[in-house]
Amino acid sequence: MATATLAAPGGNSSAVSGTTLSGSIALSAARDAFRKLNPRHLASNPVILATEVVAALASISTVAAILSHQGWGFALQISLWLWATVLFANFAESIAEGRGKAAADALRATRVTTSAKLIVDPESGLTVPTPAHKLEVGQVVLVEAGDVIPADGEIVEGVASVNEAAITGESAPVIRESGGDRSAVTGGTTVVSDWLKIRVTAAEGASFLDRMIAMVEGANRRKTPNEIALAVLLAGLTLVFLIVVVTLVGLGKYAGVVVDPLVLGALFICLIPTTIGGLLSAVGIAGMDRLLKFNVLATSGRAVEAAGDVDTLLLDKTGTITFGNRMATEVIPAPGVSDQAAMRAAVMASLADETPEGRSIIDLARHAGVTGETPRGATVIPFSATTRLSGLEAEGQSWRKGAVDAVVRNLGLQPTQMPAELAAAVDRIARSGGTPLAVSEGDRLVGVIHLKDVVKPGVKERFADLRRMGVRTVMITGDNPVTAAAIASEAGVDDFLAEATPEDKLRMIREEQGKGRLVAMCGDGANDAPALAQADVGVAMQTGTQAAREAGNMVDLDSDPTKVIEIVEVGKQLLITRGALTTFSIANDVAKYFAIIPAIFVVGLPALGALNVMHLGSPQSAILSAIIFNALIIVALIPLALRGVKYRAIGAQKLLTRNLLIYGLGGVVAPFVGIKIIDLIVTTVHLA
Amino acid sequence: MTWQGWAEIAFTLSVTIALGWPLGLYMARVWTGQKTWLDPVAHPIERGFYALCGVKPDEGQGWLGYASAFLMFSGAGFLLLYLILRVQGVLPLNPLHFAGMSPHLAFNTAISFVTNTNWQSYAGESTLSNLSQMAGLTVQNFASAAAGIAVAAALARAFAANRGEKLGNFWADLTRVTLYILLPISLVLAFVLLAQGIPQTLAASVDAKTLEGAKQTLVVGPVASQEIIKQLGTNGGGFFNANSAHPFENPNAWSNLIEEIVMNALAFGVFIAFGVVAFARKEARALVAAAAIIVSSAAALIYVNETLPTPALVHAQHVVATPNMEGKEVRFGAPSSSVWTAMTTGASDGGVNAMHESYTPLGGGIALFLIKLGEMTPGGVGSGLYGMVVMAIIAVFVAGLMVGRTPEYLGKKVEAREVKFAVLATLILPTALLGFAAIAAVLPEALKGLSANGPHGLTEILYAYGSAVGNNGSAFAGLTANAPWWDTTLGIAMGLGRFAYAIPVLAMAGSIAAKPKLAPTAGTLPTNGLQFVLLLLGVILILGGLQYFPPLALGPIVEHFQMLSANR
Repeated sequence: MATATLAAPGGNSSAVSGTTLSGSIALSAARDAFRKLNPRHLASNPVILATEVVAALASISTVAAILSHQGWGFALQISLWLWATVLFANFAESIAEGRGKAAADALRATRVTTSAKLIVDPESGLTVPTPAHKLEVGQVVLVEAGDVIPADGEIVEGVASVNEAAITGESAPVIRESGGDRSAVTGGTTVVSDWLKIRVTAAEGASFLDRMIAMVEGANRRKTPNEIALAVLLAGLTLVFLIVVVTLVGLGKYAGVVVDPLVLGALFICLIPTTIGGLLSAVGIAGMDRLLKFNVLATSGRAVEAAGDVDTLLLDKTGTITFGNRMATEVIPAPGVSDQAAMRAAVMASLADETPEGRSIIDLARHAGVTGETPRGATVIPFSATTRLSGLEAEGQSWRKGAVDAVVRNLGLQPTQMPAELAAAVDRIARSGGTPLAVSEGDRLVGVIHLKDVVKPGVKERFADLRRMGVRTVMITGDNPVTAAAIASEAGVDDFLAEATPEDKLRMIREEQGKGRLVAMCGDGANDAPALAQADVGVAMQTGTQAAREAGNMVDLDSDPTKVIEIVEVGKQLLITRGALTTFSIANDVAKYFAIIPAIFVVGLPALGALNVMHLGSPQSAILSAIIFNALIIVALIPLALRGVKYRAIGAQKLLTRNLLIYGLGGVVAPFVGIKIIDLIVTTVHLA
Repeated sequence: MTWQGWAEIAFTLSVTIALGWPLGLYMARVWTGQKTWLDPVAHPIERGFYALCGVKPDEGQGWLGYASAFLMFSGAGFLLLYLILRVQGVLPLNPLHFAGMSPHLAFNTAISFVTNTNWQSYAGESTLSNLSQMAGLTVQNFASAAAGIAVAAALARAFAANRGEKLGNFWADLTRVTLYILLPISLVLAFVLLAQGIPQTLAASVDAKTLEGAKQTLVVGPVASQEIIKQLGTNGGGFFNANSAHPFENPNAWSNLIEEIVMNALAFGVFIAFGVVAFARKEARALVAAAAIIVSSAAALIYVNETLPTPALVHAQHVVATPNMEGKEVRFGAPSSSVWTAMTTGASDGGVNAMHESYTPLGGGIALFLIKLGEMTPGGVGSGLYGMVVMAIIAVFVAGLMVGRTPEYLGKKVEAREVKFAVLATLILPTALLGFAAIAAVLPEALKGLSANGPHGLTEILYAYGSAVGNNGSAFAGLTANAPWWDTTLGIAMGLGRFAYAIPVLAMAGSIAAKPKLAPTAGTLPTNGLQFVLLLLGVILILGGLQYFPPLALGPIVEHFQMLSANR
């Protein structure tokens, strides 16, 4: 699991990392909690708004009691705890936001007011110093070593190494160049060497950094579909309990009991789901925050939530499932050629080959004790797409390696004229998903190299986990179907798409979505953009093109494609946490009834004392204890809301049983214990 | 408690639930318009109906169209019935020359029968002409049952659809359910009941000579034909005031058994048919299991409470093994009365073979709680199923989140719209029930109708509104409800309980139908096993308990503790 953290410039990574709350965040959150008492702020949270209204009414009745010289100690305590309930809920939200704000502040500090070198005359390259915020989309600027890139843009000319620590926290510079998949640059990063000409793609305020700050800060946070559905349910429950409590006036009067409105208010607050109502937004913000800890930025909460629902995960083979480059695993000699000779020929043919594949052949040979040195005056035969082979020529000797048919034809032979043993080996390699390379020395075929795509260790287990989560994995590769099938089975993916073009990817996503499935994918290239936009969860790599970054709804700052799996887990965790807190909140009500109902009616109907199963000290202490428990449980659950309920890939049924026992059954039992303990304290110190 | 008693309860319930299967499989064929062995007779009639009314049976309706048809049909039925009841005095088939009903009683009765509630603020034998009984009430017994089943069929189609829009054709559903299910079963079983001694005549009364030699006038009428649909359609409105405790409605053990079985079997059948049509047989079985567990446990608890000697008797040293026989028919005894009570209150039938008023506090309290749960165990025909599905959706939504996915039920994602309509539907029950009850509890005009003071009187109020909102129709018999306040408010409660519940359900069905049907994955919460049954039970009982704990505490629960402490 990745442990990287979003770092502030200068490698100060303390801003957002860690699960513990720093004192300053807690302090400003506490201040914030009071500011959020403004009813307008609470309008979007009916449960807490209702609590605030009741708290206000209770305060008024307390004041009235004081003015009329009646006993007011109880009323005051109830009022204070009701206000505390609202404050605790606000505090939970502020704490969650505070962590995001700290990250945003760190980002904002990187935004320096730079002066850009605007190119006014492309012919002569004449530049005019222009403030960065005056740049317009489409203008071209020159950035030289030491300059801060003034805006997001696309490189039109040049190659340079760029330090992107401001964005990624990674201090090692990366290469950015025009054309290809590494042509995007981000405003606020610094060119370390060379120069670039950049066409501005985002104006001030709409840049990647700006969007990141907004996202992290939660400034444009909107309720997600699932949050809306849950809010509807919570509002419904609140209404039901409002009816239950209001009608209790009439029913109580029938039974000869005039119920104190203050007590009814307390009962109402105990019954409505204040726990989940108070923690709901904190859970959502914390979900984004957890992604941030994985160095992933989501453009919306909706995307995070969708991640939990993903049914199909499209994974690029290269870099995600395999190491990304094929490695030589064996050299099969032709009949009559010794292992050593074949290996040596392979080495000689590869000496000039700087590709990872070529390196891997030399590594393999070194392990077998064979080394080679480039002879002096050797001519390098470079690889080309037409010849499909490469090699070395020196002192009348020649070595070639390349695609089997290319090498064979180069020797003036027909493919059918290959020795049977070698033909069998080629066939076997191809069928196992590897790539066979033929090696020739002079005019003789000396052997076949087995190049293999090596599957990363551990991915098979991850895919099995995903399968248990109900997520189907699909490998996307440009390989032929045979190779693809072999790697797919080795890696344990559920399906694969071979010889895939970007259009195929897009088509596959649409097909899956047509079946009602949610699709996640990650990509970096410009040609991934349509698929990223189409996918429900599109994770763009930070190193990718501007187009890809615009199209995705998440950006992975580490550019690690395997991270999609963690993203899915974070999404699931988010939903589980909401469900667990809701269940807990509702289950709590059982005990609260047993505390409050006998307390209200025992005077008029002594027989109801039998329902006081907790043997609470007095009716007043019972009510006070219930309301205190109701307030404190919010604080007690803030860490859980921020951390999230742990997700385990053990299958839906087992997971549900586990969570139902903890949060359902636990939710029924915990308040019986908690209210009893609080009652003992309340009674001992004579609060009621 | 005797083993024979337990055996009787177990036998009755198991036969009833088992019968749900064949009935359900057959009903699924009727819903989907497949061939049945009744086709030679019923098909021409069906065609004729369509031709006559201009119904195009294959023309599907969206949820709004379906709901409008349902409302229009019920509205028309209400007006017609109201009219008949008001003017029965001048209509034929009125041998005892009863006058028309008062406006409030006619309103209450008409809405009662149209909503499948069959609350009766009147005594049938001394109020209604034969025409009113036959052409008025019995017609609505069929029509309201068929309409309820039609809504369930629409919901089943919504779950089966993949990005669909149509829920079926209400008129065709209504016709087919009546013609292929309700009429034939009623016809056959009416003859069976007739053979057991239930009268079926247009005569007004017969005279009998009692053992003492006195002359007794016994009211008779077309009872058998109404009796069977009363039970089959979970209507519950008896020909006689004493309902199925009356020997002419329920003469012997066989008729009692038939009436018990018939009152729940078809409702269970709707569950099974839903499973077939929605491609969710196993999931439907889980719903049946949940309903069966609740109704069986309730029967057992009532039986225990009705056979334990009360503390007062113990105190008076009358410790005899006699059950609480007050309000029970000697012919049926405690076991049969207990199982009937659980079945009738679990089923929104409302027919009774004993007077719930006279049960022990907890025995009557359980009946009250079953009604308050919203009539879904197995509930009224059709309405029970959709009530249960609404609970399943809420259960799946709350707990389903805990598996880390947007919850799905039967391959349909449960999102804001579904939750909104499910909440809206469930909201109407406590609102109407508790709202009216709280007003009645302090309104002198309402309190005049009570027969008891203290907690028992409150139970009468709670029971009446619960019965009305839940479209049950049974009463805690002590209440005298034929007064403007009771007739009007109970009528409104019945209307809300029926339509303010069914319309959101249909709207939800429309939203469900439009969603893609998803195949389950390993990450989907399974909704067919024991785990889900327990979860569903937990949600039903906890949500039900939370809504009604305070009133129950002030009614039956406190009465129970008072009873226990009375002789200490």
